[in-house]
Amino acid sequence: MSAQETVFAVAAAGIQVAVVVMGAPYLTGLMRQVRARMEGRAGAGVGQPVRDLRKLFHKEATRPEGTSVVFVAAPLVMLASAVFLAAVIPFVTTVAAVGGVSDLFAVVAVLLLGTVALALAGLDTGTAFGGIGASREVTIVALVEPTILLAIFALSVRVGSSDLADIVAGTLASPAHVLSPASLLAAVAFAVVIIAEAGRLPVDNPSTHLELTMVHEAMVLEYSGRDLAMVELAASMRLALLLGLGVNLFAPWGVATTLAPLALLLGIVMLIVKVALVGVALAVLEVFMAKLRLFRVPELLAGSLLFALLAVAASYFLA
Amino acid sequence: MSAAVSTQLLDVISGAILLTAVLTLWRRDLAAIIRLLAIQGVLIAGLALLLGINEHNTELYLAALGVLILKAIVLPTILRRVLADSGEVRETAPLVNVTSSLLAAAGLTLLAYVLSGPLVALAPSAATRALPVGIAVVLLGFFMLVTRRRALSQVIGFLLLDNGITTTAFLATSGVPLVVELGVSLDVLLVVLVLQIVAARMRMAFGSTDLDGLSGLRD
Repeated sequence: MSAQETVFAVAAAGIQVAVVVMGAPYLTGLMRQVRARMEGRAGAGVGQPVRDLRKLFHKEATRPEGTSVVFVAAPLVMLASAVFLAAVIPFVTTVAAVGGVSDLFAVVAVLLLGTVALALAGLDTGTAFGGIGASREVTIVALVEPTILLAIFALSVRVGSSDLADIVAGTLASPAHVLSPASLLAAVAFAVVIIAEAGRLPVDNPSTHLELTMVHEAMVLEYSGRDLAMVELAASMRLALLLGLGVNLFAPWGVATTLAPLALLLGIVMLIVKVALVGVALAVLEVFMAKLRLFRVPELLAGSLLFALLAVAASYFLA
Repeated sequence: MSAAVSTQLLDVISGAILLTAVLTLWRRDLAAIIRLLAIQGVLIAGLALLLGINEHNTELYLAALGVLILKAIVLPTILRRVLADSGEVRETAPLVNVTSSLLAAAGLTLLAYVLSGPLVALAPSAATRALPVGIAVVLLGFFMLVTRRRALSQVIGFLLLDNGITTTAFLATSGVPLVVELGVSLDVLLVVLVLQIVAARMRMAFGSTDLDGLSGLRD
């Protein structure tokens, strides 16, 4: 790779980060707005999460007495891991500035880092709610992470590489593979995982503070001001990251395989359109869903783990 | 039809057959399970039709028609009637809970893959490479037979087993001769009819079709 290409690749990674950071709050707003309209409410508008974030960033963060550095560091770790993922996952282009960073296992590990940081922060506050939220989150994550790994691994088998950029480029090169059983099963498993990991219905309800059901909200109860803004921004970025990763793995059309400006522009537009479409579909589905009892959640996740495992098996015997 | 397209269709159909088999283990709602069984019947008929088109074999067209009528229409209708009579809409207490069943299903699928390895090696082709699907459906049917309590669930497990055997036959040898196929189909139909009568008698005697009620002696 020549020096000029490296500069372009770094610029492309910067564009990806900018798109995800700017777009994620609007995605959350869009999903809330769709949900509100479907329920017959006027809704707060697509820009409301952005306004909330701007307000929170200007406020001082208060920290509970007795909390340690874990509590302070968690929002930073969450946000940093989300920004890192936004740079390395092939959203807009499959050409990476530094090779091998977008490896499947590295990406999932960094994704887990944010989850673990928040769960530790929930424990660090020493409150009952923080502990409940952390324990629930870890219960869910224990089944979610292997499912993500298996689902993407099923796609990586036919490409022969665990690099996400190679997987996306491979699917672009042979579009017929999108309809293979392995990829369909992996898509179902991945959809369930996105819902669980991003804390959406029916696993977690992002709009309530009911102690019987809350998972994410229970862990962030003690955060305020700047810290809360960082946690919320990181949470909406994670949803955008997971949706973006999902659409690019299973429907990668529009992703640039070169660094030509026009291809990059098309990549950005296609990414926004695809993620918005999937987000709206998710919001519409949520309206018709009730939250699962917490004890039924492992059943759903075991089901998605099975789907992912079947996808891996199918990628071997139904090549 | 080009070879690549037909191979892909074959893979998608086989994958869908396996998926319906797994979903029958997941769902508790008996009406939904019967619906899945009907879908599986359509898929197996589609498999036979696809193999018939590939090999220009009229007998396979007839077999596809027979499978469609029996597995997608007649048997689900009978099961629906049993369900309506019994008033038990859910499989309430399977011996193994659903989460463990799903994990067991994952294990059984891998077992089927290991078991069919030597068979596939005998004559590798697109159809025989999908052979693990048929064997996995057989194993899942067995699993359902031994872990479910309601008579209707057990009939469904038996039908799943039969679907697995049919799928295996189609994938491995492009179907058994039509006469044998007809005989087996009639057998299955009779078994289901007999089980329907047995289930009705059980309900009259015990008030439910929980098979655990059969373990004690009565006057």
